[in-house]
Amino acid sequence: MSTMRDDPRIADAQPIGMLDNLRRLASADLGPLPVMLGLVVIWVIFQIANPNFLPPLNLTNLMLQIAAMGTISIGVVLVLLLGEIDLSLGAVSGLSAAIMAVLNVKLAVPAPLAVLAGIAAGALVGLLQGWWFARLRVPAFIVTLAGQIGWNGALLYVLGNTGTINLRDPVILSLAGTFFPAAVGWIVGVLFVLIFAVGLLRGRQRRRAAGLSTITQQALAARVILMAVGVLGAIAILNANRGLPSALVIFLGLVVLFDYITRRTPWGRHVYAVGGNAEAARRASINIAAIRMAIFTLAATLAAAGGILAASRLLAVNQSSGSGELLMNTIASAVIGGTSLFGGRGSVWAALLGALVIGSISNGMDLLALASPIKFMITGAVLLTAVTIDALTRQRRVAAGR
Amino acid sequence: MITTPIPAPLQDAARVPVLSMRGIGKRFGAIQVLSDVDFDVYAGEVVALVGDNGAGKSTLIKSIAGIHPIDTGEIAFEGRPVHLRQPRDAAQLGIQTVYQDLALCDNLDVVANLFLGREQTNRYLRRVAEPLDEVTMEQRAIAVLQSLSVAIPNVRTPVASLSGGQRQSVAIARAVMWNSKLVILDEPTAALGVTQTRQVLDLIKRLREQSLAVVVISHNLGDVFAVADRLVVLRLGRPAGTFDAQKVSQSQIVAAMTGVSLNAAEAA
Repeated sequence: MSTMRDDPRIADAQPIGMLDNLRRLASADLGPLPVMLGLVVIWVIFQIANPNFLPPLNLTNLMLQIAAMGTISIGVVLVLLLGEIDLSLGAVSGLSAAIMAVLNVKLAVPAPLAVLAGIAAGALVGLLQGWWFARLRVPAFIVTLAGQIGWNGALLYVLGNTGTINLRDPVILSLAGTFFPAAVGWIVGVLFVLIFAVGLLRGRQRRRAAGLSTITQQALAARVILMAVGVLGAIAILNANRGLPSALVIFLGLVVLFDYITRRTPWGRHVYAVGGNAEAARRASINIAAIRMAIFTLAATLAAAGGILAASRLLAVNQSSGSGELLMNTIASAVIGGTSLFGGRGSVWAALLGALVIGSISNGMDLLALASPIKFMITGAVLLTAVTIDALTRQRRVAAGR
Repeated sequence: MITTPIPAPLQDAARVPVLSMRGIGKRFGAIQVLSDVDFDVYAGEVVALVGDNGAGKSTLIKSIAGIHPIDTGEIAFEGRPVHLRQPRDAAQLGIQTVYQDLALCDNLDVVANLFLGREQTNRYLRRVAEPLDEVTMEQRAIAVLQSLSVAIPNVRTPVASLSGGQRQSVAIARAVMWNSKLVILDEPTAALGVTQTRQVLDLIKRLREQSLAVVVISHNLGDVFAVADRLVVLRLGRPAGTFDAQKVSQSQIVAAMTGVSLNAAEAA
């Protein structure tokens, strides 16, 4: 890095082209900042186009819309961290929801058991696909492409002649359909901010005691304030409508859980290592096959949870559950949120950020009553932009490396 | 058999070599890759293993690393006879090898790479969730890099953004930080620029100062003479002489490597 600045040739260099500028901008590691800025821009544009976009009613709807997709997207992030892809997650989400619905509605299995069975079915599917990929070394792309077709067939088979199964069980409907009272929302929000602040503070104290570099007090305060404004602001908005929705609590709870697992545990570190350089991980005596199987199992389990959340919100499971643009939207969310398709880079928070972006665009265009062709083209353009930034970043890093 | 005079060991004759190999033979199918090779490395000594392509250098270090177990011969580690049948055997004795590809994860930072596969965790939650103990790992990483005088401004930088010399240094630091006694470096200066080569050579000298036994494989005789105490030459799988680096010239080494007599080599 420093050699670049010391390089006397720089002075005589040609004017920097636009693509170089773009690359330079993309290579700066700004974390989630660009996506957040993009989100603000999207919100401002839609609010100007239609004043019904930002009021609490619509923002609450937006949260309900993204919870299921975002949950599946956590699984997509996990798979992308390995540098792999899982094309079956949409179909798995539909199949799991269908199994739950059939058990509960047609066979009168108690709701908690039916939900667990649906999630277990997802886990089994993931384990099977993960085994196929990790042990038989069949490319994940093919295994999960076959899975997408096969599990979609299984969904149709499970549903049988019925086509659509309407859900009436109060327990299942409460999964996504509960709104907590304002007080609960505030307590959850304040607790979250407190834990975040205490965690940052204690981490800083430990580093300081150990004589390591620490972030400045101002930076720490800025982070806490930013988090507090974001979380408490969101709670205020949600409380102004129906309150904190349970679907959002489940989704965000899973984000926090998997963020912890991937970034704070040795196992999570090994996931990043396998995604970055599988051979290096193998030589560091990391069990690559076990990690791959576990990740595909977790991803399909999360897809099952997402499918059940979606069913709970839509009050039904039908033949198109988990199909259509769902899968592409979850992958787009993960990538827009900053997860690299090439493995080893990104975080689970990408699922939340990306889902917010994709969800906002979709929701805003619905409010504007845009036709489907336009919606698809715009969503495609946003995805392409995000992936392009990822690719340019990667080129730049490789160039800077050696 | 070349009858080059074998110099008296640089150490006291009484000292036990860290690694001692006697009469090593290895055959791949019809090809006898190694025959009758003797090889000793002492603590605090850099031994260069040189030879032309196909001389058997790689096979020899892979037999030390446990990847290609030997067919015939004896290996003693710190005076005790050992069998190196798989990489784990070598690792348990404290033998570490840094291959040319370095085996670093570019996406992870320096600390994560140094501790890859041996992450330290906070004890208080061990049974529940085993959170990584980043503070202890970072402290130890900084200490290790400092003890080897490796200059890396920020140990939290992803390895991808380091220079070639820094990457090589990180790979070497990882090899020596786990109570290693013998470190094998495969072409450590290949593909490095002049400045970075010097950094890595300085690092190898510091490994010697820390009483490690170091084996270096290199094609670059200039680099070899800059760091090695002794040179072991292989030719076509057979020993072609052991030389004291202080008392031998590059052209003598080339002659031993190629088997062409000194005069002929100079005439060419």
